[in-house]
Amino acid sequence: MSEQAVVVRDLEKVFTRRKGLQRRRRSALKGVSFEIERGECVAILGQNGSGKSTLVRLLSTLLLPDGGTAEIFGYDVFKEARAVRRLVNRVSVEASFFKKMSASENLSYAARFYGMTPRQTSAQIPEILGRVGFPPDRRGEAMENLSRGMQQKVALARALLTSPVLLLLDEPTTGLDPRSKQEVQSFVREIRARHDSTILLCTHDMKEAEELADRIGLLDKGELLFLETAAEVKARFGVETIEEAFFAATGRSYEDERTEEDEEREVFA
Amino acid sequence: MSSADFSVSKRRVFRDELIGLYGVVERNLYLTKRYFLWDLAFLLWTIANTLTIVFISRGVDISAAQRNELATKLLVGGVIWAFLGIIFEIVTETVAWERWEGTIEYTFMAPVSRPVHLIGMGVYAVLYGLVRAAAIFVAVVAFIGIHLPHANYGAAVALLAIASISFIGVGMMTAVLPLISPEKGTQLGFVAQGLMLVVSGVYYPVSVLPSWMQWIAKISPATYALRGNRDQILHGAGLRFSDVWPLLVIGALSIPIGLLVFRAGERYAKQHGKLKRSG
Repeated sequence: MSEQAVVVRDLEKVFTRRKGLQRRRRSALKGVSFEIERGECVAILGQNGSGKSTLVRLLSTLLLPDGGTAEIFGYDVFKEARAVRRLVNRVSVEASFFKKMSASENLSYAARFYGMTPRQTSAQIPEILGRVGFPPDRRGEAMENLSRGMQQKVALARALLTSPVLLLLDEPTTGLDPRSKQEVQSFVREIRARHDSTILLCTHDMKEAEELADRIGLLDKGELLFLETAAEVKARFGVETIEEAFFAATGRSYEDERTEEDEEREVFA
Repeated sequence: MSSADFSVSKRRVFRDELIGLYGVVERNLYLTKRYFLWDLAFLLWTIANTLTIVFISRGVDISAAQRNELATKLLVGGVIWAFLGIIFEIVTETVAWERWEGTIEYTFMAPVSRPVHLIGMGVYAVLYGLVRAAAIFVAVVAFIGIHLPHANYGAAVALLAIASISFIGVGMMTAVLPLISPEKGTQLGFVAQGLMLVVSGVYYPVSVLPSWMQWIAKISPATYALRGNRDQILHGAGLRFSDVWPLLVIGALSIPIGLLVFRAGERYAKQHGKLKRSG
């Protein structure tokens, strides 16, 4: 019997924002349910403001839900947050580092919070930076002097350094040049091949989702419309591409302009 | 679905927490190293600021001995203001700093407990604050030529260390403010620091304050730190129980209250999505 890494049931998140005297409520997630098996890579597609980042933040214990449940390897994400945090790490669209500190210093800081001693990090940080293709002579350089692609490599190294069994990738290649994007995608493939990692990849890049994931889900305005293999998705809608499936499922083109409500949801999420 | 595969022993958790605490101190050392020139400039500014206050004693028409005493009292006030300011700044900016750098979500999703995280910030703040306070003290004494023949420096440092427990506790309460209000929170922390010093007799005896402020002074740890430090530097007093016990009581209450307040603030931030970088 396969082991479930993630079980999400009827997950809901509502954000409230004041605009003058008015309070506006926007549902970022509306009763989302899905499961991910151990070792599986699942991609969640969706436009900006669809609820992808909210989902990742909920699973990262950074948000509390307004309804529903989520379990990671049997631990309740919201009641057993500390146990969950040992198992999860994340790479987001923003690399997010102390800009004046070097790659090695930033990685040391992150690793200490996961119980790694200076002796362990002095051996493992050079090794993991080498694996992501980070030049050894730039390990001591301040992060602010590194390119966006280079910073994202360090972000991947930070996530992998703590050996997470669930890796949450929230648009890890957005804004990268084609070469850096390809390098990050290759590394994700390598993680899948070499580690006991389950991956939840949130992206708006359909090609990336199809190439990297076992199953593809579509999150639209906070609702998960489907979560199936690419072949099943295409067969379900009788189409050739995932983009056509998006159109068939939502009645909109993937590049359609978003409404004001979508923009607000993006700000909240 | 079983979670047993990933369970860890309490001993392992304790070990990891200690490493996490070390990590917070280590990171702050890295940042101090990287911002060394900025820190040096800030130190020089604080020394200049303290000099402007201590020089007031030189313009008062009193005897040389009284002038020396007044200068010492003002100096102790200035040094404690600087010490307390650094503790408040570092602990209060636990959130604000990480939000500005963009690392806040990674820190808050890490498996280290919040008390260890905050205490780590407090430990670094006290160590850094003591070094800085000593530098200010030495620089001003040398510049103005204050005579301190009876000063009991050991007792003064010990009392400051004891007072630091309370300062960290109060700092934890104010550290929550940037979580609740990303835009105004840090400034509100500085307001709290200023209010504490106003009621604690930073450059004047508490007895000159209105009676309601004197009542508040009794629950301010800075009152006892200032009173004790002045007697230790001027008259060579030791570590007096009358100064120590209020600080221990306030410390024993302020740390758990600070942690509870922070926990409530963190819960609010997670409920309303305030942890993210842009707030």
